Amino acid sequence: MNTEVTDVSMKDDGLREVGWLRWYPVWSRNMRVWRKLIGPALLGNIGEPLLYLFALGYGLGGFLGKDIQGLEYVVFLASGLVCSSAMNTASFEGMYSAYTRMAVQDTWIGMLTAPLSIRDIITAEVIWDGTKSAISVTAILLVASIMGLVADGWAILVIPLAWLVGACFGSMALVVTSLAKNYDFFLYYFTLLITPMLLLSGVFFPIDNMPEMVQLIAKALPLYHALGLMRPLMIGQMPVDILLHLMVLFAYIAIAMPLAIRLISRRLLR
Amino acid sequence: MDTPSTKTTQAQPPVIDIEGLTKSYDQLTVVDHLDLQVERGECFGLLGPNGAGKTTTLRMLLGMTPPDSGVLKVFQQSIPAFSRQIRRQIGVVPQMDNLDPDFSVRENLRTYASYFGLSGRDLEKRITHLLEFARLTHKADALIDMLSGGMKRRLTMARALVNDPQLLILDEPTTGLDPQARQLIWQRLRELRHTGHTLIMTTHYMEEAQRLCDRLAIMDHGKIIVQGTPRELIQQHIEPHVIEINGVGQEKWRAQFKMDESMRFETLGESLFIYAQDEKAIVADLCEFDDVEFIHRRANLEDVFLKMTGRDLRE
Ligand SMILES: Nc1ncnc2c1ncn2[C@@H]1O[C@H](COP(=O)(O)OP(=O)(O)OP(=O)(O)O)[C@@H](O)[C@H]1O
Ligand SMILES: [Mg+2]
Repeated sequence: MNTEVTDVSMKDDGLREVGWLRWYPVWSRNMRVWRKLIGPALLGNIGEPLLYLFALGYGLGGFLGKDIQGLEYVVFLASGLVCSSAMNTASFEGMYSAYTRMAVQDTWIGMLTAPLSIRDIITAEVIWDGTKSAISVTAILLVASIMGLVADGWAILVIPLAWLVGACFGSMALVVTSLAKNYDFFLYYFTLLITPMLLLSGVFFPIDNMPEMVQLIAKALPLYHALGLMRPLMIGQMPVDILLHLMVLFAYIAIAMPLAIRLISRRLLR
Repeated sequence: MDTPSTKTTQAQPPVIDIEGLTKSYDQLTVVDHLDLQVERGECFGLLGPNGAGKTTTLRMLLGMTPPDSGVLKVFQQSIPAFSRQIRRQIGVVPQMDNLDPDFSVRENLRTYASYFGLSGRDLEKRITHLLEFARLTHKADALIDMLSGGMKRRLTMARALVNDPQLLILDEPTTGLDPQARQLIWQRLRELRHTGHTLIMTTHYMEEAQRLCDRLAIMDHGKIIVQGTPRELIQQHIEPHVIEINGVGQEKWRAQFKMDESMRFETLGESLFIYAQDEKAIVADLCEFDDVEFIHRRANLEDVFLKMTGRDLRE
C-alpha cells in the first residue's frame, strides 16, 4: 500500500499526463456546449455583421457612389466586418459567457476540484475564444465569397488570423471578467474601449483623414493591426508590416493572459 | 487497493496531516492553529456550528484556499504546492453543487472525467456503474435543471467517484436529502469505507456522524475543541443519561425535586433537560407527578455537541 502513496506524485510527472494539453478537456467542454446551442450562437455571431454588410454596404455604399481606396464600398466594408466580428465574438465569449462559467454556474470551481489549475482553465478559455472567432469569421467569409466580395483564395488565411485576433480580445476580455461584479460591468468596457475601437480603427471608413491624435491611439490598439493583416488578404493584396501587426497582437496576449490568470486566481482561490 | 481495511499499522503515515493550520479573512481568524490527522481507511467527521471553519479547512486541503501558515500534507505531499497533482487521487463533494447545467446527467460524469484525462470504453462502463450506484440510471439523459435537489446531490456524489479516488472529501454530503436518499448515501459511504477508501466529511446531523464516522472532531471558531471516537466523546464529555421534561407541571416538579452533584439541568425553549449519572431517582420521582411528560434516553453526540459549542445561534 505504501508504494501506491508515492505513486501519487509519480503519475503526474510521468508520461501519462501531458501538461501542456491540460487545456484540451476544458476547451472541449466549451465546444460541446456551443454545439448544443449552435443555432442561436451562430445567428448571434454572424447575423449582425451580415446585417451591417447589407444595410451599410449596399445602402450607404450606393449612396456614396464612389470607391474607397479603389474598392467598391461593400467590398471595403466586408473586409472590415470580418475583422470586427472576430473582435466582437471573442469579447462577448470572454466576458458574458466566461463570467457565467466563473461566477454564476461555478463551472471553474468544479474544474478546480479536478487536477486542473487556473492557468489550464484560462489557457483553454483563450484558445476557445480564438476558436469561436475563427468559426464566426469562417461563416461570414463564406457568405461574403458567395456574394463575390472576396478577391481570391488567399483570403482563407483570414481564418487562422481570426483565431489570433480572438485569442487577443479574449485575453483582454478575461481581464475585465476577473474584475466584474455583475454583467453590467461589461458595458463600461464596451462603451469605453470596444465601440470606440470599432468606429475609429478603420472598419467602416479609412482613418487617414482623422486627427493625428485619433490615429495614434488607434494604432496602439489591437483592432487596427488585426485589420492591417486581414483586409489586404480579403481584397487580394499582400499585407504590409506583417511582423509589426503580429507583434502587437501577441504583445496584448502576452500581457493580458498572465494578468487574467493572476486576477482570477486571486478571485477564486481565496 | 480494494481490500478491506484491516486495522492499519502504526507505521503508516496519515493520509491527511495538518499542523498549525491558520487562515484569516481580514481581521477574522477562521481557522486557528488547527492540528488534525486522518489515517488511511478511516472515516473522519468534522463537526461544528455554522461558520466554524469546516469548509475553509476542506478548501485548504484541496489547495483551493491558500493557508496563512501551518503545514498541510495530503498523501505526504505538501499542499498547496502539489495540490493539483494530488487532486487526481481525491473525490470532492462540495457544499454547493456545481454541476454543469448545459449537460445531461451522463454527460456531466463524462465531462468531469475528461478533466482527469479519462475517456473510452472503461469510462463508459464506470459511468453506467456510477449511475446505478447513485440510482440515477433512469435519469441518465435528463438535464440538470430537471433533477430534484436530492438527485443533484447524488449525482455530485457519483461525480466525485469518477476518477476512482483514494480519498473523499465530502462537505455536507447529505444536506437537503430526504430520509431515503440519506440512507442511500450512508450505505454508499460505508461501502467506500469498507473498500479501503479514506473519508473526511462534514455534517450537521449528529446521528449521521455517530453512525458513519470512526473518529470525529468538533470545531468552533476555527479550533478543534474535542476529538475522538463517537463513543469516547459521549463517554468523556457528557453524563450518560438524559431526561427531557415537558408539560405544565415541570416548574412545580423542579421546585420540589432535590438535585445532587451528579445532575445538571438546562432549559431549552419549553423543555427542561437533566443530564445525570444515574436516572433512576429522577424517573421514579417524575412518575409520581401527573402533569409532566418526560423521556429518558442515553446521551448522544448531539448532547455533546450542544454542551461543547453552546446553544446560541451562530451568525
Ligand atoms: N472568501 C471568504 N471571504 C471572507 N470570509 C470568508 C470567506 N470564506 C469564508 N469566510 C468566513 O469564514 C468563516 C468560516 O466559514 P466556513 O465556510 O469555513 O464555515 P463552515 O464551518 O463551513 O460553516 P457552515 O456549517 O455554515 O458551512 C465564516 O465566518 C465565513 O464568513
Ligand atoms: Mg461549510
